Amino acid sequence: MTTRTVGEPIPRAEDPRLLTGEGRYVDDIGGDALEVAFVRSPHAHARIVDIDVMDALDVDGLVAIYTYEDLRDRMAEPLPILIPHPGLTHGRTPYVLAKDEVNHVGEPVVMVVATDRYVAEDVCDRIAVEYDPLPPVVGIEAARSAALLVHDDVPDNVSAHLVQESGDAPSAIAQAPNVLELDLEIERSASTPLEGRGVHARWDPDDRSLRVYTSTQASTSVRAAVAAKLELPADRVEVIAPDVGGGFGVKIVHPWPEEVLVPMAAIRLGRAVKWTEDRREHFVSSAHERGQFQHVRVGFDDDGRLHGLDVTVWHDNGAYTPYGIIVPIITTTQLLGPYKPGAYRAEFFSLYTNTLTVTPYRGAGRPQGCFAMERTMDAIAEHLGLDRVTVRERNFIQPGEMPYDHGLTFQDGRPLIYDSGDYPATLEKLKKLIGWDEFAEYRAAARAEGRRVGIGIACYVEGTGVGPYEGGFVKVETDGTVVVATGLTTQGQGHQTVFAQVVADELGVPVDRVVVTTGDTRRFGYAVGTFASRAAVMSGNAVALAARQVKEKALRVAGEALEADPRDLELADGEVRVKGVPGASVPLSTVAVLSNPLRYAFDDEAKRATQFAGPSDPEKPPVAEGDEPGLEATGYYSPPRSTFANGMHAAIVETDPDTAEISILRYCVVHDCGTLINPRIVEGQIHGGVAQGVGGALYERMVYDDAGQLLNASFMDFLMPYSTEVPMIETDHLQTPSPLNPLGIKGAGEAGVIPGAAVLASAIEDAEGIRISRMPISPSELHDLRREGHGAADEAP
Amino acid sequence: MKPPGFTYHRPQTVEEALDVLAEVGPEGKVIAGGQSLVPMMNMRLAAPQHLVDINHLPDLGFVQVEGQDDGRSGVRVGATARHADVERDHDAGRAVPLLQQALACVAHPTIRNRGTTVGSLVHADPAGELTAVLALLGGSVELRSTRGTRTVPATEFFVGLLESCVEPDELATSALFPVPVPRTGSSWVEVARRNGDYALCGVGALVTIDDDRRVRAARTAYVSVGPTPVVLDVTDELDAAPLHTADWATVGRWAAEQLTPGDDIHATAHYRKHLAAVLTERALREAAGRAERGESAESAEQIDGATRARRVS
Ligand SMILES: Cc1cc2nc3c(=O)[nH]c(=O)nc-3n(C[C@H](O)[C@H](O)[C@H](O)COP(=O)(O)OP(=O)(O)OC[C@H]3O[C@@H](n4cnc5c(N)ncnc54)[C@H](O)[C@@H]3O)c2cc1C
Repeated sequence: MTTRTVGEPIPRAEDPRLLTGEGRYVDDIGGDALEVAFVRSPHAHARIVDIDVMDALDVDGLVAIYTYEDLRDRMAEPLPILIPHPGLTHGRTPYVLAKDEVNHVGEPVVMVVATDRYVAEDVCDRIAVEYDPLPPVVGIEAARSAALLVHDDVPDNVSAHLVQESGDAPSAIAQAPNVLELDLEIERSASTPLEGRGVHARWDPDDRSLRVYTSTQASTSVRAAVAAKLELPADRVEVIAPDVGGGFGVKIVHPWPEEVLVPMAAIRLGRAVKWTEDRREHFVSSAHERGQFQHVRVGFDDDGRLHGLDVTVWHDNGAYTPYGIIVPIITTTQLLGPYKPGAYRAEFFSLYTNTLTVTPYRGAGRPQGCFAMERTMDAIAEHLGLDRVTVRERNFIQPGEMPYDHGLTFQDGRPLIYDSGDYPATLEKLKKLIGWDEFAEYRAAARAEGRRVGIGIACYVEGTGVGPYEGGFVKVETDGTVVVATGLTTQGQGHQTVFAQVVADELGVPVDRVVVTTGDTRRFGYAVGTFASRAAVMSGNAVALAARQVKEKALRVAGEALEADPRDLELADGEVRVKGVPGASVPLSTVAVLSNPLRYAFDDEAKRATQFAGPSDPEKPPVAEGDEPGLEATGYYSPPRSTFANGMHAAIVETDPDTAEISILRYCVVHDCGTLINPRIVEGQIHGGVAQGVGGALYERMVYDDAGQLLNASFMDFLMPYSTEVPMIETDHLQTPSPLNPLGIKGAGEAGVIPGAAVLASAIEDAEGIRISRMPISPSELHDLRREGHGAADEAP
Repeated sequence: MKPPGFTYHRPQTVEEALDVLAEVGPEGKVIAGGQSLVPMMNMRLAAPQHLVDINHLPDLGFVQVEGQDDGRSGVRVGATARHADVERDHDAGRAVPLLQQALACVAHPTIRNRGTTVGSLVHADPAGELTAVLALLGGSVELRSTRGTRTVPATEFFVGLLESCVEPDELATSALFPVPVPRTGSSWVEVARRNGDYALCGVGALVTIDDDRRVRAARTAYVSVGPTPVVLDVTDELDAAPLHTADWATVGRWAAEQLTPGDDIHATAHYRKHLAAVLTERALREAAGRAERGESAESAEQIDGATRARRVS
């Protein structure tokens, strides 16, 4: 029997290729393409007075220079707001090349096409753009005060103001026995995939078709966007995401200005043209996330049970809102985590600043929400003198209360209803894993050695697998290979492996016979994209549904060949067999041959399917009515709403009493993402997420000065953690299947990052006895907090 | 992040290199490991019109322990010896343990495989560990040009932020790190944001003890607290204290008061000063402990009975 692989930690099929340098990224494609560089705004806020290219024209190798003046028709209009929302009353998007005004450092102003990138940069250096600088709005405080405006026609710098309510939180809080207020702050970080963005476009003048390779998380939608902007028929545009070196959210945004400008140049010049983003460009011209101020009011009883929660969020959306207000919506809905808030009120202001645009980065607003909720839980515990896990336990939604309706609207426009999950069981596992109850002893022993240690905990619930849909195509080739295609893209998650596992099990074939293609509009045209921890849920189920149709047909066709009732047949080891009758079988490859009657024989396999090859009923058409040739099917999965994964992290940290250095001694994760297709890949996702969580908590930030200059736009000064900064990660799993989809899967892609800032703040606070209300935190900042006398670590419990 | 065009020179002898440097003058730059120069060129912060690649010059990759005219020994490091060569050189490690103690904190192994020790001195990064090591040991750099050869002591070598006294036509051919006097222990400690990053504050210490286990001399050196490395003589502060009663912490605080570090995006001046105090204490304590345990530098004679050289390829 073919062994089932779903649930098994099989090695990733893509690794040998990627680890031996055989990956093919955008920059590896078509080495003879012309190359693009951009003149980008050096100012955070300015009017463009003049662009003088005269000095650049005699540079050897220059091919073309484009400014806004050279754009026509729809290319001359602002980029779309990808996700419109009624609450986004003042959405603004940039032009593909700045028109009159720039609103952040890094905004593209001039596009240069040259024989190579070196020449293109030489040309950029010689183009003189004259600016009339305007005072910039930098940081949430400045945006909120609205003394200056980013966009003249956006009052108070507010792009959106949204309130969601469930019950009457203000009066529930007013009547509660205890009330606390917290002011919290999270700074900016960013996805920073190791491969930046990149676009390669070639125009075929004979075929009048355009092919675009782009490092994207949404190739089908890029295709639609490029076709729309360049006014081409969609069927004349192919978009392919080749190997993509990480996305983490930033590559879901589309079309980027470069994604339509490069194809435009390719068409106009009749040459292949490419642009490969460099690291400095990525820092100032892609997108950031995370920056928020939060004010929390919470009312609770003496047991620590919430009566009412009222949260206001000031969200820094940067210069533009191409991706709408998804991030603050997620913050204010996912903030609730595994808890019943009593009455809840959430209000947010999404604010413009003259800094880089904010769009989702792994976690997409959840880390901030988790921070608000978990800081609140810790504050309640401290106020009441209760164990921090006790307060959490008392507020958990119980398994018997599932599905649980929060009475709010989630980011997909659907009701926020948790489908399943066992939070008390998750907590029990975590307490055991980290040794929560034994920590007091450990702390005492450490203290005796003059060491300062603390423990922290943070819980989250993550809405995953948002719709609207994904599709999958499954085909059995006549040599027995199973070809699978799905439209969403891959940025390193291991989709080749997991989708192959799903299909292999459905069809009873060895997993290495299954070949998966993702993100190629030539192979699958309908798709949404890879984000929101949705790929396994959406495409996993879609390919399963397609494979089930293929199986049904295989049984039917084989039934005819074996003169057996399809109900007596089974698929295993690449064959269709009569159950319990050894020898009565037909290989799946033969079934594929039989399912496609042929006239022409071009090889031995084909010969077996031609009209004189075997017996067939002369009275019946070769392809039955309602049937189709080929052993293939297309399936779609469209969920009613999101499915909710959950997890809890705990960490033990040590802080140096002298240098204020912070080290993570242990980091434990208990995670429930429903049925595991491949535990190894889920663990990998968790590890990567935790690494980014640690980065966001202790290292990474975007340091803008008052003029709106990003001071740390390189990996020298933007401190992405090295492997030496990421702790050993100890994991354990629960598997509470989702009732919403056939495979019972929940998403796992973002989970690891969500509680990072919350759990480390909790642990540092515990070690230091200093209230931590702002993350990330550096040793220098912890030193300042100590000096301000916020804490008395030695008296801390 | 692509550099502007330049002319690439690959001299095969030192003389040829000096001729090219003399010819191109201020428009030229030596490239050694390229670990500092290439990023600057890619960001177009440096745009030399001529690059003189010294990696193909013969006989400059050495790390050798040699006797000096004044009877003291030293570790001489040639211009193309990599940090990793120095780090792994057994004799250099015995002669001047401080070299390896500090090198372990310089960047990451891959960068140490390419970056040169002499290049890091010429580059004069205020956070470069080797600048302080050279200054603390009272070392020197040998510079050659078509005009002649000169030996510049550390006190005159570091001129300012990212600025050493090397003239455009000069090639730094080697650096000398003298062996400290007998019964001297050393230490390098630093705090960096991430493993291998430039230090927020780094401190080197040399403590010499006498037969009664009293502090006879003690000096400390600092990176990342000013434009050039700072050396402090703390002998008087310790006042010949016996090792077990020496008040390292007070000396640390005194030392920090002598420094005027600045703010940057990773640390405030106050924090840096605080680190200087804490790290001075730790470095002195560790150096003293090593002196006491006899883990001190060895002279060339002790190592091999003779001056010896070893080419490192
Ligand atoms: C990520 C990263 C982290 C790093 N971290 C550290 C760290 O923690 N501590 C540290 O000390 N360094 C660090 N470095 C720098 C590293 O040590 C460099 O190798 C060193 O500073 C310069 O050596 P190089 O051989 O690479 O010099 P190059 O980059 O080739 O040259 C640097 C400069 O010195 C000049 N130069 C070099 N050799 C000579 C010579 N023989 N004669 C005349 N001029 C010369 C060049 O013209 C140039 O101006 C780091 C580098 C990187 C990339």
